[in-house]
Amino acid sequence: MLDLETLRIIWWLLIGVLLAGFALTDGFDFGAAILLPFIARNETEKRIVLNCIGPVWEGNQVWIILGAGAILAAWPYVYAVAFSGFYFLILLLLLTMGISRPVSFKYRSKLPQLFWRQCWDHMVFIGGIVPAIIFGLLIGNVILGVPFYFDNSLRFFYTGSFFDLFSPFACWCGFTSLAMLIMHGGLYIAIKTDSSLRERALFWSRSMALVFIFLFALGGIWIAYKVHGYWVTSAINTQDFSNPLHKTVVTGVGAWLTNYQLYPITLSMPILGFVGAILVCITAYRWSRFAFCCSGLGIIGTIGTVGVSLFPFIIPSSADLSSSLLVWDTSSSQLTLFLMLIASIIFIPIILLYTAWVYRVLAGKVNQAVINKEEEKHTAY
Amino acid sequence: MLPASDVVLLSRFQFGMTALYHFLFVPLTLGLSMMLGMMETIYFITNRPIWRTMTQYWGILFGINVAMGVATGITLEFQFGTNWAYYSQYVGDVFGVPLALEGLMAFFLEATFVGLFFFGWNRLSKGAHLVVTWLLALGASLSALWILIANGWMQNPVGARFNFHTMRMELASFYEVIFNEVAQAKFVHTISAGYVTGAMFVLSVSAYFLLRGINVAFARRSMTVAAAFGLAAALSVVVLGDESGYLADLNQKMKIAAIEGLWETEPAPAALTLIGFPDQEHHVTRYAIKIPYLLGIIATRSLNQPVYGILDLVKEARSDIKSGMLAYAALNALQKNPYDKHAEAILNANQDYLGYGLLLKRYTDKVTNATPEQIEQATWDTVPDVFPLFWSFRIMAGCGFFFILLFGIAYYLALRRRILKHRWFLWVAVFSLPLPWLAAELGWVVAEYGRQPWVVEGKLPTFLAASTITSFDVWVSILGFVFFYSLLAIIEIYLMVKYIRLGPGRLFQIEDFSTVEQRNTRSDHA
Repeated sequence: MLDLETLRIIWWLLIGVLLAGFALTDGFDFGAAILLPFIARNETEKRIVLNCIGPVWEGNQVWIILGAGAILAAWPYVYAVAFSGFYFLILLLLLTMGISRPVSFKYRSKLPQLFWRQCWDHMVFIGGIVPAIIFGLLIGNVILGVPFYFDNSLRFFYTGSFFDLFSPFACWCGFTSLAMLIMHGGLYIAIKTDSSLRERALFWSRSMALVFIFLFALGGIWIAYKVHGYWVTSAINTQDFSNPLHKTVVTGVGAWLTNYQLYPITLSMPILGFVGAILVCITAYRWSRFAFCCSGLGIIGTIGTVGVSLFPFIIPSSADLSSSLLVWDTSSSQLTLFLMLIASIIFIPIILLYTAWVYRVLAGKVNQAVINKEEEKHTAY
Repeated sequence: MLPASDVVLLSRFQFGMTALYHFLFVPLTLGLSMMLGMMETIYFITNRPIWRTMTQYWGILFGINVAMGVATGITLEFQFGTNWAYYSQYVGDVFGVPLALEGLMAFFLEATFVGLFFFGWNRLSKGAHLVVTWLLALGASLSALWILIANGWMQNPVGARFNFHTMRMELASFYEVIFNEVAQAKFVHTISAGYVTGAMFVLSVSAYFLLRGINVAFARRSMTVAAAFGLAAALSVVVLGDESGYLADLNQKMKIAAIEGLWETEPAPAALTLIGFPDQEHHVTRYAIKIPYLLGIIATRSLNQPVYGILDLVKEARSDIKSGMLAYAALNALQKNPYDKHAEAILNANQDYLGYGLLLKRYTDKVTNATPEQIEQATWDTVPDVFPLFWSFRIMAGCGFFFILLFGIAYYLALRRRILKHRWFLWVAVFSLPLPWLAAELGWVVAEYGRQPWVVEGKLPTFLAASTITSFDVWVSILGFVFFYSLLAIIEIYLMVKYIRLGPGRLFQIEDFSTVEQRNTRSDHA
C-alpha cells in the first residue's frame, strides 16, 4: 500500500481531474444551454442546438455526481463543510442543474405546443446559466475562506449568512466561470453545426474568450493585492491522522501567491488559462476543433490555478483559522484512499474509452435532416 | 451543541419524502431496462420488425421515466452533505466508498449509453445497438447493487472501526462491506422488486391495449415477455424477501420484533402474527391472529429457537447503554490525552456500544453523568413505532404473494394463447398497476423507519447525524422540493398517459397493429 502522504497528494490531483472532467464535458452543455436564446432564432435552430448536446449531457453530468461521491469518500470533512455550509447555493444547483435540466431536455419535444416548448426553453437556459455562475461563486468563496468551525467532536458549524456568499470577489469568480463556459459551449455548437448558427456561436465564443481573459487577469490582480490568503505556520505531519484541529494558520494579503514563488513551475497553470483563451480568439473561425481543445486547456489551466493557489488548503476557514481543511488533515483513512485509487485506475480509463466511442458514433454535424430522421422514432430533443 | 430537534425532524421528513419520490422511478427503470434488453435480443435473433418496434415504444416510455429518476437521484446524494453533514463526516470513510464506486462502475455506464440507446438506432449496427441496450440495463442494475451495499451497511455496519483520533468510523475490511450478507440479500430483493414493477407496467399497459382492441399483436407479445419475466421476479422477490427477514433477525432483532408486533419473547417454535393491532403504550398487540411455528421458521430457520420480543430487547439495550457510557468516558479521556493507554483499552473493549452511549446525548451533553431516568428514556428510544411497521410490512408481503398469483395466471394464459378470452383478467391486470409501487415504497418504510432511532444501526443515532443548520433552511428546501416535485409529477403522468393512449400503432403510424390482426390472431406469424 502507498503511504498516506502520497495517497493524499494523488487524491488531491484525482479530485481535480474529476472536477476538470465535469467542466470540460458538462461545461459545454451549460454553455450551449446559455446560448440557446441568443443564437437560435427559430424552432428549427433551437432543436439543432438542443440535439447537439441531447445525446451526451446525461453522461457528462455524471462527472459531478462521481466528483461529489469521490469527495465524500476521499474528503468527508470537505463534503460536510461544502454542502451544508453552502446550503442554498447547493439547493439552487439541485433545483436547476439536477432537477429541472434533465426533464427539460427530455420533455421539451414531447409535445408540439409553442407554450410548452417555450417554458422548457426557459428551464434549459436557467439550468445552464445558474449552475455556471454557482460553480464560480463556490470557488470564489473558497478562495476568500468560509466562516466555519469544528467543535471537539468534529461537528461542523457554519457561521456566515446566505448573503455573505455574494461578496464582490465571489461574484467576480461567478462571472469568470460563466464567460469560460460560454466560450467552451459556443465552440462545441460551432463544431456540431453549420451556416449562420455556427457563425453566431463563434461570435459569442470569441467575445466570451476576451471577457474571460479580462476577468481572469483582474481576478489574479485582486488575489495578489486585496484578497486575504492563508498559510500554515505550525509544523505538519503529512502522515498523521486526519483531524483538522491540530494546526495553526495565519492569514494575510497575497498569501495565495506563495506557491508560485516557491515552485515557479506552477505558473504554468495560469499561463495555460490565458494561452488557451487567447488561442480561442485567434483560431476559432479557421480551426474550430483546435480552438475547442484550446478552450479545454484554458479550463484545465483555470481549475489548476485555483488548486495550486490554495494548496495545501482545500477549504480555509475565515471564522476559526485552525479549523481550515488541508490536503493533509481532511482525507479518509489510508485503506479507503488506496482502495478508491485502485478502483479509479481501473475504471476511469474504461469510462474514457466508452465515452470516446459514444462521441465517435455521434460525430458529425446536426442539422434539419438529422432531426427529421430522429423525429420518426420520437427520440429527437 | 446539537442540531435542533425540529431540524432533525424536518431533515428526516425531507430525506424520506425525496427518497420515496425517487423510488417511484427507480424500480421502473430497473425493470424496463432489462425488458428492453430482452425484447431487443429477440429482435436480434428473429429479425422481426415488431420486436424492434416494441423495444422502441417501451423505450420511449422508459425515457419519460428515466429523466425523472436521474433528476431525483442527485437530490439524495447531495442531501447527505447538505442536511446530514455530521453523518457524512462520521461515516464518509466507509459509506462514501460504495457511493463513489456506484458512479465509477454503474451510473457512468447507464448515463452514457442511455443517450446512445435513443440516438443510436440509425447510427449503429443491429448488434452494436443491442450491446448498448444491455450495457444500459447492466448499468442500472449495478447502480442498484452499489446503492444497496451502501444502504446494507447502514443496516448492518460490518467491516468498520471507530477511530478516536479522527472521531469517525473508518473502513477496516472492504471485503466485509461488499459481501455484507444483509446488503446482498437486500440487493436481490430490491432489484427483483424493480423487475416486478417493470413487468407489471408492461402487463398493465398491454392489457389496456387488448381491452381496447388496439395494437393487439404488439400487446400480446409484450404480455408474454412480461408474464414470464414477472413470474420469475415475483418468486424471487418473495423468496429473497424472506431471506432478508432471516438475516435481519441476526443483527436487527428490534426491527423484526417491531414488524411482528412482538412485545414478549415468543418461545420456540415461535408463532407468526398474521394480523393484529399493536398498542405502543400498553406493550401489547390486540386482536392478534396467529399462525403457529411460522415465525420461528422464517426468522430463525429452526423450530427450537425463540424470537426475542421488544421488552427483552429493551433490557439488552439498557445494558448496552451502560457499556456505551464507559466507551464515551474513555473517549473523553483520549481526547484530552491521546496517549492514555488505559482509556484506549476501555474504549476498544466497549467500542461496539459507543453508539448506545451517544443515544444519551439527546438528554445530557456529558453522557457520563446521565441519571437513571435519562438512561431509561434513551433505552425506550431504541423501540421504533410498531404500528406503522407492522402494517407496512403486511401490506407489502400481501402484495408480493398477489404478484406471484397474478403473473402465474398471466403466464399460464399466455402459454395457452388464451389471454384475449379472459377479459376479467385483463381488467385485473390494468388495476394492479399501482401495487408494485405501493409494495416498494412500504418496503422502504419498513427498512428505514424500522431502523430508527439509528441512522447507522447501533453506531450513530439519527438525531446526531443532521447538519447544524436552521429549521428555516430546511423549510425553504422542503418547499422548493415540494413545488418542483409536484409540478414534475403532474407533467410526467400527463406525458405517460398521453404516450400510452397514443400507443405504438398511432405513434409510429403502423397500420397492421390494429384490428386487422385481431381477427387473425391464430394464424399470425408476423
